Amino acid sequence: MSMGAISGNPLLQLQDLTVLRGSRRVVDGVSLTIGPGEFVGLIGPNGAGKTSLMRAALGLLPHQGGSNLAQMTPGVRARAAAFLPQGREIAWALSVADLVALGRTPWGRSGAADAAVSNALARMGLTDFAARRATELSGGEQARVLIARALAQDTPLLIADEPGAGLDPEAQIRMMTVFADLAAEGRSVLASVHDLGLAARHCTRLVMLHQGRLVADGPPAQVLEPGLLARVFGIEAHIADGTDGLIFQPLRVIR
Amino acid sequence: MTARSVSAFASGRGLSIRLLTVLLVLAVVLLFCASLLVGPAALGLGESLSALFAGKGGPVVLVMQEIRLPRAILGLLIGAALGLSGAAMQGFLRNPLAEPGLIGVSGSAALGAVLALQTGLAAAFALALPLAALAGAGLSAALILILAGPGGGALALILAGVAISALAGAATSLVLNLSPNPFAAAEIVYWMMGSLADRSFTHVWLAAPLILAGMVALMTLGRGLDALSLGEDAAASMGLRPGRMRLVLILGTAAAVGASVAVAGAIGFVGLVVPHILRPLVGARPSRLLPLSALGGAAVLLAADVAVRLIAPDRDLKLGVLTALIGAPFFLHLIWTMRRAEA
Repeated sequence: MSMGAISGNPLLQLQDLTVLRGSRRVVDGVSLTIGPGEFVGLIGPNGAGKTSLMRAALGLLPHQGGSNLAQMTPGVRARAAAFLPQGREIAWALSVADLVALGRTPWGRSGAADAAVSNALARMGLTDFAARRATELSGGEQARVLIARALAQDTPLLIADEPGAGLDPEAQIRMMTVFADLAAEGRSVLASVHDLGLAARHCTRLVMLHQGRLVADGPPAQVLEPGLLARVFGIEAHIADGTDGLIFQPLRVIR
Repeated sequence: MTARSVSAFASGRGLSIRLLTVLLVLAVVLLFCASLLVGPAALGLGESLSALFAGKGGPVVLVMQEIRLPRAILGLLIGAALGLSGAAMQGFLRNPLAEPGLIGVSGSAALGAVLALQTGLAAAFALALPLAALAGAGLSAALILILAGPGGGALALILAGVAISALAGAATSLVLNLSPNPFAAAEIVYWMMGSLADRSFTHVWLAAPLILAGMVALMTLGRGLDALSLGEDAAASMGLRPGRMRLVLILGTAAAVGASVAVAGAIGFVGLVVPHILRPLVGARPSRLLPLSALGGAAVLLAADVAVRLIAPDRDLKLGVLTALIGAPFFLHLIWTMRRAEA
């Protein structure tokens, strides 16, 4: 896989990013920098502003403040960052191979035979699905196909909005492993994750949003601390250092 | 599966698409010739063809060069315009029930033509009717651009289109309603049924540049429509500009369909049914569907225009009536099979 020559420069740089919906600040002055080789989990309860943050960062939503991606032209941005939206739309009965090949759009003419496409299919365990019609797959399988599409875009940064929703445990772990592998290869991933157990185990860094504000940013063990969990999520959790890394199990609601 | 077998799979299907293209081109060529050879003036094959290329001559040359040739050319162009704009509209809106008239261009063009007929302008000089129809199409395109706003959203486009269509339809009814002249009213009703009969090269020269320009614009949308299959955000993040695509869609459709309605009246169902039939045959990719729908639309319209001459040679059966008569039951059949597949 080819890498964009971005060594040194951050892949994502948000400066005081603010999104207004009416007079409400759904994203409120978030500054965030993501360099190469990071798997950043974006966590926060429903309505914390995760989706708005990601869409504004990409320039898909009107915003104040700065985002390096939003300042690029669409063509340049499409080679710098791939985006997996939350709404899983597949309009037509495309074959899985054709759908994943759409990820090659920013790179000019190339068909389903592109190596990036077969790599993406293989990474998501979809090679045997290549000839199937995407609309005939189950919801979880469709989600994997759409992740493969974003992988095929072959960008230094992947931004994914709840990529794990609707996946079975195997597919969830597989997906998190793929993202962690991307980070190990020097790319970066920013993904909103609701399963804090998976986030604790696989992410290299967590960013916690609460009411549009960034309230914590750091290694999972540091961000997932009882005080923040109670204030932001309203839950109590069992957190332990296992031999396989951090183990996080939500226990009960405390408000 | 390896990279090679993925590629073999893709190229294998590419072959069938090539075959489909060849078949459609053949059908269009044959139907174009049939359109030249079928008519009330019973002319022999050799006689017709030699008259087509003769420099000057008697009535046979006149029939071939001044009546049948422009009619066949218009059938080809308008069918292609309807098929292509239907495919583009369905692709952009991601809805198989979309059709070229959805954004109000056809209705507004018809309103312009109706006004020209009603005011007597159409009788005063020959090009008044198509020019008024073109003005109607242009106005509706401008209006929809204002109404639908600056973004690339599909919903705003649909709602604005429905509003403009309804308004144009109501205004057309009003003109008929208040028409003091029953002959003008009858003429309006007949015109609105859609026909290619008695068109001349003047019509071709008027419509062809606009239809072709509109089609060229719509053809550029293919790659973007593919990406839009995954939604507006996904397409935008892959480097597309949905707002600009929508602008091209509106202007291209206004030119191609507006010019078609201006010279032939409203011809329904071709733009709806043709992309629908061809979609499963091209692996559902909008970019592949565009050119094939243009060919398919041309074939269907040429066939229908030959059929109106064969079915009722002396009754002036209207083309738009026939396409709707064939199209609607066919569409019902499609819905029926779709429902069974979903059950």
